[in-house]
Amino acid sequence: MITSKRSKAGDWIIVLVCVIVMLVCLLPIVNIAARSLSSTEALIRNEVGLWPKGLNIEAYRHVLEDGKFTRALWWTALLTVAGTALSLVMTAMCAYPLTYDKLKGRRFFNVLIIFTMYFNAGIIPTYLLLKDLSMLNRPVVLILPYCLSVFYMIIMRSFLSELPVSMRESAEIDGAGPIRILVSIYLPLSAPVIATLALFYAVGRWNGFSDALMFMNKREFYPIQLLLYNLITSMSNIDIVTAEGGTNPGLTESLKAAAFMFATVPILLVYPWLQKYFIAGATLGAIKE
Amino acid sequence: MNSALSKALRGNRHGIRNYLRRYWTLYLLLLLPMAYFFVFKYIPMAYCQIAFKKFSLVKSVWEMPWAANNGMEYFIKAFANRDFIYALKNTVMLNLLDLIAGFPAPIVLALVLNELRFKALKRLTQTVAYMPHFLSWVIIGGLALQLLADNTGLVNNALAGAGIKRVPFLSESAHWVATYVSLGIWQSIGWNTILYLAAITGINPELYEAAAIDGAGRLRRIWHVTLPGIRSTIVVLFILALGNILQSNFDRPYVLTNALVIGVSNVIATFVYTAGIRGLQFSMTTAVGLFQSVICVGFLFAADRLAKRFGERGVV
Repeated sequence: MITSKRSKAGDWIIVLVCVIVMLVCLLPIVNIAARSLSSTEALIRNEVGLWPKGLNIEAYRHVLEDGKFTRALWWTALLTVAGTALSLVMTAMCAYPLTYDKLKGRRFFNVLIIFTMYFNAGIIPTYLLLKDLSMLNRPVVLILPYCLSVFYMIIMRSFLSELPVSMRESAEIDGAGPIRILVSIYLPLSAPVIATLALFYAVGRWNGFSDALMFMNKREFYPIQLLLYNLITSMSNIDIVTAEGGTNPGLTESLKAAAFMFATVPILLVYPWLQKYFIAGATLGAIKE
Repeated sequence: MNSALSKALRGNRHGIRNYLRRYWTLYLLLLLPMAYFFVFKYIPMAYCQIAFKKFSLVKSVWEMPWAANNGMEYFIKAFANRDFIYALKNTVMLNLLDLIAGFPAPIVLALVLNELRFKALKRLTQTVAYMPHFLSWVIIGGLALQLLADNTGLVNNALAGAGIKRVPFLSESAHWVATYVSLGIWQSIGWNTILYLAAITGINPELYEAAAIDGAGRLRRIWHVTLPGIRSTIVVLFILALGNILQSNFDRPYVLTNALVIGVSNVIATFVYTAGIRGLQFSMTTAVGLFQSVICVGFLFAADRLAKRFGERGVV
C-alpha cells in the first residue's frame, strides 16, 4: 500500500482504537478468571480487579466436587458431541443432493427448505408438537428439534457447489454412484466447511439454553447453561453451592466465577484455531443462490 | 418428495428409468432432512390453527372448536392485553436502537482494521473481537451482573472511587436499555465485521493507488474508495436488519431482565414464553407468534423490494 501520505499520528490513533477494542473484549473475562482464583475474603471486600488476590484454587476444587455441576458438564459435552455429529450428517445429506443441477425437483426442495427460514410457526406450536410427540422432558428434545439449520445447510451447499463439476463427472464415467462420490471425493475436500459448521453447531449446543428452559424440566438433564442461569438468578444458589458456600457469600462468588470458567474456556480454547475457516464460512452464508 | 417424483415421471419413460437408476440415492439422502423439515417445521405450521381455536388439552389440534368472533377471539384478546402491547412496543424500540447504534459499529471497526498497518496486530484484534460472539447470553448476562451491579460491581466501584456518581446500569429503565444495546454491540461488533472485511478485500487496490496519487489523505480514501466499495454490503445488511425489526431474540432480554425494568425489557419472545409455556394461554400466544411471523415475512419482502430499488441483489 501507498504510505507516503499517511500521517504517523493517524496510524497511532488506529493502533490505540484496536488496543481499546481488545481490552474491552478481554477485561470482563480476565476479571472473572481473577475472581475464580481469589480468596473469599478478597471477594467479599470487593478487591478483585484484574489480578487474583489471595491466590487459591479452592473454588475449582469445590466445583469439581459438586456432583450436579460435573454431571451437567459431562452431559452437555455428550449432547454437544452427539448433536454436532447428527447435525453434520443431516446437513451434508441435505446439501449434497441439492448441488446436482440434474436433480429433478431441486427447485421444489429448495423452496420447501428456504420457506422454513422465512416463516416460522413460533415457539408455542413447536412446544405443543413436542408435547404431542411425547418428547418434552426427554433428552432427545435437546438434540432433534434444531438439529438441522437451513442457514448452515446453505453454507455447505455453497461450498460444495464451488467444487469443480468435472471431478464429479469423471467419477460418474468411472461408474461411481452419488453416495460413493460424496464419501470418497466431496467429503474429503470439505474439511474446511465441515470444521466451520462443526464449530457453529457445537457452540450453538454448548451455549444453548432457551430450548432446555422451555422443553426440559428434569434437573438431571439440564445442560450447563441452564444450570448457570439458575445459579446467577437465584440468590440462594441452590444448585451448586454446598451448605458451606450458602453461608459464605465470598465462596459463592468464587464458585460462580469458577463455574463460568468451566463453561467458557472450552470454547475459547477452540475457536481461534478455526478462525480462517469460520471467516470463509460466514462469508459463504451470505450467498443464497 | 412425491411431487418431485411425479414431475420426474412426466418425462420420457426410458430416460426416467435411467435417471432414477443412477440418481435414486440422491432422493434417499434427502429423505431424512425432508422428514425433519416436515415434522419440525411444517407440522408446527399446521398447529398455528390453534390461534383460531379454543385450546383443549384432551382434543387434537384438528378437533378443537373454533374460537368466538369468527376465530379471531384470541387476536382480539392479545391486542387487549397490556403486557402484549408493551412487549410489541419494546420489541420495536430495542430493535430500532440496536439498528441505530449497533449497525454502524462494525462498519467503523472494519474501516479501522483495514487501516491498520501491522498485520499481526490486525489478526490479533480480529481474533479477540470475535471472542464475545462465542459466549452465551447466560455468561454475558452473568458477567454484566457481576461488573455492573449498583453497589458491588467493579465499574461502579471504579466510578465511585473517581468521585463520580454510581450509575444504575441494570436497575433503572433508561440505563437498562442503554446497557442492553451496548452489550449487544459488545457481543456482535467483531463478528459483524467479517462480511465488511470480506467486501473490502474485493476492492481493486489500484483505486487506492490512484487516490493516493491524487493526493487523497486517509479520511478521503476511506470516504471515496473504501465506503463506496462496501456500499452494497452495507445496503443489503441494513435492509435485512430493517426486515427483522419485529423479530425478537429470547436469550438476551430474558437473561438481562429483572423486576425493576420489566416495563422495557419484556419483548414478544419473552412475553410468549411467560404467557404461553408458563401461563398456559396457548391460543393467545400462538396468535401472537403467528402475528409476529406474518408481519416479519411482510417486512422481509418489503425489504427485498427496497433492496432491489437500490439496485442491489435482493435479500430473499
